[in-house]
Amino acid sequence: MSEVAREAVGDYKAGWHDPEQSTIRFDAGLSEQVVRDISAIKDEPEWMTDIRVKAYHHFMERPMPTWGSTELLNSIDFDKICYFLRSGEGTEKNWDDVPEDIKNTFDKLGIPAAEQKWLGGVTAQYESEAVYHSIREDLEAQGVVFLDMDAGLREHEETVKKYFCSIIPYQDNKFSALNTAVWSGGSFIYVPKGVKVEMPVQAYFRINAENMGQFERTLIIADEGSSIHYVEGCTAPTYSSDSLHSAVVELIAMPGAYIRYTTIQNWSNNVYNLVTKRGVANENATIEWIDANIGSKLTMKYPSVILKGEGAHGEVISVAYAGEGMHQDAGAKMHHLASNTTSKILSKSITKDGGRGSYRGMVTVSKKAENCKVNVVCDALILDEKSRSDTYPTMEIKNPSCRCEHEASVSKVSDDQVFYLMSRGHSEDEALALIVNGFFEPFVRTLPMEYAVELNKLMALEMEGSIG
Amino acid sequence: MSDAPVLEIRDLHVSIGDVEILRGIDLSLVEGEINALMGRNGSGKSTLALVIMGHPAYEVTKGEILLDGENLLEMKPFERARAGVFLSFQYPQAVPGLQVGNFLRKSVKALKGDDAPSAREFRKQLNAACDALDIDKKILSRYVNDGFSGGEKKRFEILQLMLLKPRIIILDETDSGLDIDAMRTVAAGINSSVNGSACLIITHYQRILEYVRPDHVHVLIDGRIVASGGYELAEQLEAKGYEWLDQEASP
Repeated sequence: MSEVAREAVGDYKAGWHDPEQSTIRFDAGLSEQVVRDISAIKDEPEWMTDIRVKAYHHFMERPMPTWGSTELLNSIDFDKICYFLRSGEGTEKNWDDVPEDIKNTFDKLGIPAAEQKWLGGVTAQYESEAVYHSIREDLEAQGVVFLDMDAGLREHEETVKKYFCSIIPYQDNKFSALNTAVWSGGSFIYVPKGVKVEMPVQAYFRINAENMGQFERTLIIADEGSSIHYVEGCTAPTYSSDSLHSAVVELIAMPGAYIRYTTIQNWSNNVYNLVTKRGVANENATIEWIDANIGSKLTMKYPSVILKGEGAHGEVISVAYAGEGMHQDAGAKMHHLASNTTSKILSKSITKDGGRGSYRGMVTVSKKAENCKVNVVCDALILDEKSRSDTYPTMEIKNPSCRCEHEASVSKVSDDQVFYLMSRGHSEDEALALIVNGFFEPFVRTLPMEYAVELNKLMALEMEGSIG
Repeated sequence: MSDAPVLEIRDLHVSIGDVEILRGIDLSLVEGEINALMGRNGSGKSTLALVIMGHPAYEVTKGEILLDGENLLEMKPFERARAGVFLSFQYPQAVPGLQVGNFLRKSVKALKGDDAPSAREFRKQLNAACDALDIDKKILSRYVNDGFSGGEKKRFEILQLMLLKPRIIILDETDSGLDIDAMRTVAAGINSSVNGSACLIITHYQRILEYVRPDHVHVLIDGRIVASGGYELAEQLEAKGYEWLDQEASP
């Protein structure tokens, strides 16, 4: 297949810096050559090419997971996926191709036209220059490195080499192997010792044509005593004609460091969203995953924290919403390897119109880890009879000094609740939105204000026309 | 203010499932007047309140309710609320995650639309109402009725009454579960809101009526109003109980 690919490389070599000629698109399908071509286009060091190729072979050999939604997983046609696309000004997508319902949602959320096009995948980037530059300058002044992953590899090769695949080896699972083979874009962040980044850092503001990449690769290293809050995604539905998104995110929190990683994703319901996210928390470090999964055909995502140093703390707060034709298989993993480590998992899911939500969680406490504390809470809200919610919690506690709490609840919206709110002037839809947003509130209050407002608006839209 | 009733209930029959609970109610509410509806537990008092507000579980099998001469029964609960009907619930519902302050502001907006007070004016009214009802302002960041004590729930209903300023006030056993001091506070809140509205107080004790004086008192037994009179009827009930009226109830 690689004729076209090599032609594309040819184009690239001819004029990479000319935006009018910089559109490179490979034919669909995956082979070792495609992987090598991707690496060649980016002019990567040999070790990266090698790891990509190894990962590719592992991906090919590795069987599909036999748990989760195997039926949906097995329906992915890997030959139909385009593994590399780099667009300049000339983009092949057309605003007319974006489905009407998604355009309507943009309008209802009050998103400006330029941003709508970006979200619809029509333009490759959208950002506020002014805001971007001031944030970027602040970060640079503090010595924070904030680059896209490709630039990170070019400019900080040694650091990337040291940590890339160190938390999530390509052999971890079939999709981490795929990502390692064909990754493009994502973020590379390094926060120096003791630096506290006050404002949330948003992927949104990054100038990067591969912002919404299918196979993003992100690596964040927070050095001793530093702190950072990273935010990716947005509440508006992200239309993508590409049906497979498989990102890998690795976090390293050095002793005393703090990383919060917030994700809000609302994929259109043709998308498979299969993501591996894991962080290592050293002594007294904290890693928090804040994760909202609103759309997609199938999401499988279990952010995890390895509590490696004494006194480390891990937290996963997640919400999932599954409507018609959606399956959210999400959860969290916590591995307590050291003493006095604590973890908290709060998982909330809402299912509606036949949607399916699954919580899948794993907590392990090793034999040597004394006095650990584990707290797991899973709440499901099911909005109609057609929808479904399941919980698959696994706990392996090998040290008896561990204090472990687990709560799970499944609830339905009662007529009396809706009636009470209606008696105060709220229509059925509004009443339901108040209840649903209340259910998500413990999550929403962790978000930066603008995201919180948008998420509430979005859920209100989702509730429209829900009751008779 | 006119003497024409704002809310008129005519020969109202209501069932839940196969059980007929209200068996022909006639009652008119006039602006500026307080009506009291008394009766034992299970006599159908709360059913009447919920039917006026439009609870979906009850079926009106006969009769009508008119609001300003229009058919109230065709309106959805939120439309009734927007038309000025307010029910203080006997059992207010909890909505976890919905903050009281946010809920109140949203409700005022839903009911008043463009006529809603400015954020500043609303805040002022809210503070004044909290003070009048002796409600800790910490309530504003709590979740609606979530973990509230019985007394807190009732005070919160009256707080809503004071802010939403309805034309037709239905109070369903607002006095139950309140100690005497709380009842006085709540009654003062009710009195400050009644002012020009049409009010129906549902209770099985005469006590609250000492603080909120009704113009008319009605007694409900087995789904029918068996006696109507002035405040003295409430006093009689307090002295004699309901037995002496039971005969009136038998068909």
